[in-house]
Amino acid sequence: MFDVKLWAGLQHLADNQKVVPIEARTIRELLRKMENQYPGLAEPIKGHVAVSINGVIYRNDWSQELPKGAEIMLIRRLAGG
Amino acid sequence: MSFDATNSSKSFKSVGTRPLRPDGVDKVTGRARYGADFNMPGQLVARVLRSKHAHAKIKSIDTSRAETVKGVKAVVTAADLPDLTDGDPALFAVLDNCMARNKAMYDGHAIAAVAAIDEKAAKAALKLIAVDYEILPHVTDVDAATLPDAPVLNEAIFTQGVEPKSTRPSNIANRTEFGHGDVDVGFSHADSVVERSYKTEQTHQGYIEPHACVANCNPDGTAELWVCTQGHFVYRQVCADLLGIEVSKLRVTSSEIGGGFGGKTHVWTEPVALALSRKANRPVKLVMSRDEVFRASGPTSATSIDVKIGANKDGIITAATATLRYTSGPYADMWAELGAMTSFACYDLENVKTVGLEVIVNRPKVAAYRAPSAPMAAFAVESAIDELAQKIGMNPVDFRIQNVASEGTQSSYGPIYGPIGIGPTLEAAKAHPHMSAPLGKNQGRGMACGFWFNFGGQTCTDLNISADGTVTIAVGTVDVGGSRASLSLIAAEELGLSYDNIKAVVADTSTLGYNDMTDGSRGTFSTSMATISAARNAIEIMRHRAALMWDIPLGDVYWEDGHAHAAGTKHGNLAPLSVKDIAAEAGKTGGPIAGHSELVADGAGVSFATHICDIDVDPETGSSRVVRYTVIQDAGKAVHPSYVEGQYQGGAAQGIGWALNEEYIYGEDGRLQNPGFLDYRIPVCSDLPMIDTQILEIPNPKHPYGVRGVGETSIVPPLAAIANAVSNAVGVRMTHIPVSPPRILAALTDAKD
Repeated sequence: MFDVKLWAGLQHLADNQKVVPIEARTIRELLRKMENQYPGLAEPIKGHVAVSINGVIYRNDWSQELPKGAEIMLIRRLAGG
Repeated sequence: MSFDATNSSKSFKSVGTRPLRPDGVDKVTGRARYGADFNMPGQLVARVLRSKHAHAKIKSIDTSRAETVKGVKAVVTAADLPDLTDGDPALFAVLDNCMARNKAMYDGHAIAAVAAIDEKAAKAALKLIAVDYEILPHVTDVDAATLPDAPVLNEAIFTQGVEPKSTRPSNIANRTEFGHGDVDVGFSHADSVVERSYKTEQTHQGYIEPHACVANCNPDGTAELWVCTQGHFVYRQVCADLLGIEVSKLRVTSSEIGGGFGGKTHVWTEPVALALSRKANRPVKLVMSRDEVFRASGPTSATSIDVKIGANKDGIITAATATLRYTSGPYADMWAELGAMTSFACYDLENVKTVGLEVIVNRPKVAAYRAPSAPMAAFAVESAIDELAQKIGMNPVDFRIQNVASEGTQSSYGPIYGPIGIGPTLEAAKAHPHMSAPLGKNQGRGMACGFWFNFGGQTCTDLNISADGTVTIAVGTVDVGGSRASLSLIAAEELGLSYDNIKAVVADTSTLGYNDMTDGSRGTFSTSMATISAARNAIEIMRHRAALMWDIPLGDVYWEDGHAHAAGTKHGNLAPLSVKDIAAEAGKTGGPIAGHSELVADGAGVSFATHICDIDVDPETGSSRVVRYTVIQDAGKAVHPSYVEGQYQGGAAQGIGWALNEEYIYGEDGRLQNPGFLDYRIPVCSDLPMIDTQILEIPNPKHPYGVRGVGETSIVPPLAAIANAVSNAVGVRMTHIPVSPPRILAALTDAKD
């Protein structure tokens, strides 16, 4: 079970929760369960969300496994120059 | 992703050397083909009519007289670019920015465009397009736009991210917040507090090559686009979406690129050129003038930032806050949010809060500019950090080291850091001879830290081994900083060949799988990963071929130093087979030998840098000159050290220009006053000293060779390093970028008064 932190921009779409407990093995499972629990998250998850696992940001790789005890946070998908 | 990107420590033969770049001779002899250097038979010339009003309703456009000009083949307006964006606000903003629909939102906003047989006819036609405007009140200043009496620029924009929900339209499109702890409690424990407001003016990336393209729409629904871009696959997708073309029917070829720095990650004129070509049934070339580049392509934000930082007498920061207002042009975007995320990322803070406010103004649509939004936030925060260090009597480097973020720190934007490199850059700065070198009269020294997120992304690479054993790699990330040289070194390293045997090319969108843009410092990071993967796949094929050539089991063949070797004593008499040996027999052992890779190169890791700057200020004129500058940054592993140094130096040079001279100046009429390099002054070689660099190599655990992105972070510290240096030189805190001669003189005069 992970306590998934949400950045402020997502919290109003998740009943104003700052942290959501989710059981998941991969980024895909994590995002799927987040969407199921809070359908309002579906739209931002489509293209505006990245997943930080122990401080390393994953923008695309759904197959990434979530290490036991990892710190997980959904953050804004970034733009670069 | 099946490719294992874990870093494995190894010694390198090719990586880390400094061969000449393959595109160098062509570029210095004028043979390289840039955006405007491509031509097609029957090609037309396009010109764009642009608004001279900062804010105006378009009541009507009459193009009938323009269409009668001899030689004119097509005239387009927004009516020729119907809204196919399906409710996607970001895509609609791109469409509306390419061609104004109901309102002109800034000086330079495209209103109509003409394609004609020559420039003379196109220009004559532009003069005959009659536009009936209703002039509307405008606002261009970031702070003025947030005042209660400011004209509301878009009645459909209500501030997002606030509770209770906003019920009145506003020029503040979005509010975001980051942080942790309790800043009020933190400030109550502070012995010293610095609280200041800062401003930075809008700057342009200043790439030398203007936007240019040749578009050709065919009657069968296919189309081609030759274009100067940082991401031809992304341009293909956006143009296809806006024009209703099937993605696979639009072939986009990227030209050489004369600088991008984020400004060529967005489409500006390309959809217009395609619309003209579709209407005229002829190829169309569209090249922006410098005036148009300044007025109508995407600069970075102008900002207004309030910072408050408190520390106790032991030099520990107890609390920090920042409110950051960033202009985004006429459309909502996320630039202040990025500033709010990056502002305190260098520090280990118990109590921190940042608020980002996206401000709508009558200026061009903001685009990414190298580590977008981070330099302005760093300017404000690093200025306050410097002042606070002075206030509590600490050396500014020691104060930063005392509070620096490290592995296990909760970052100000949320996640807890893994291993990071800010501490080593600060320690290197402290030990650097520059830091203790004597200063002359009227000189000041400043230093500053900077942070940027790097990222990877979707990447696809082909590696083909020719019959003579030489190798071509086809990549999909545009080479903006020497990546073809770096990627050739990577392929040479992995295959055990010499650099001269590798030829890297940037493939077009019809010959390679999708690639994200060259942005986020991802070009060499991600495509080197795909190149290593492709090379390893090719090596596996060559092992099979060697086994067949030797007629021995595959399990008895291993690969080492660019050769297939037969393992064990039973094959002891077999001489190793080189790539050339195996390639020569490819026709009989299974056909062409190639390696392919498609992957998502995630796990780039964040990036930090520390800069030191000495500046000489003339107190009589306010004129200043950088006399020494040092960049210290972690590269993970420098694949081609000369081009890593080039990135460090280039970022510093751009940051110095931003800090000292560059700014968009708007008149009372809301029009840009300085859309040209004479009045918008970027630094040239003679303005700058040699910029010294120190490359740290702390391997990235998520890359096979330990590579990190290096392209962007170097522009983050300069604004603050320069402002701190000037402040120290003149004895007055400079709070407004650029610190141009008039601002320095005004500050000195105010201080005397």
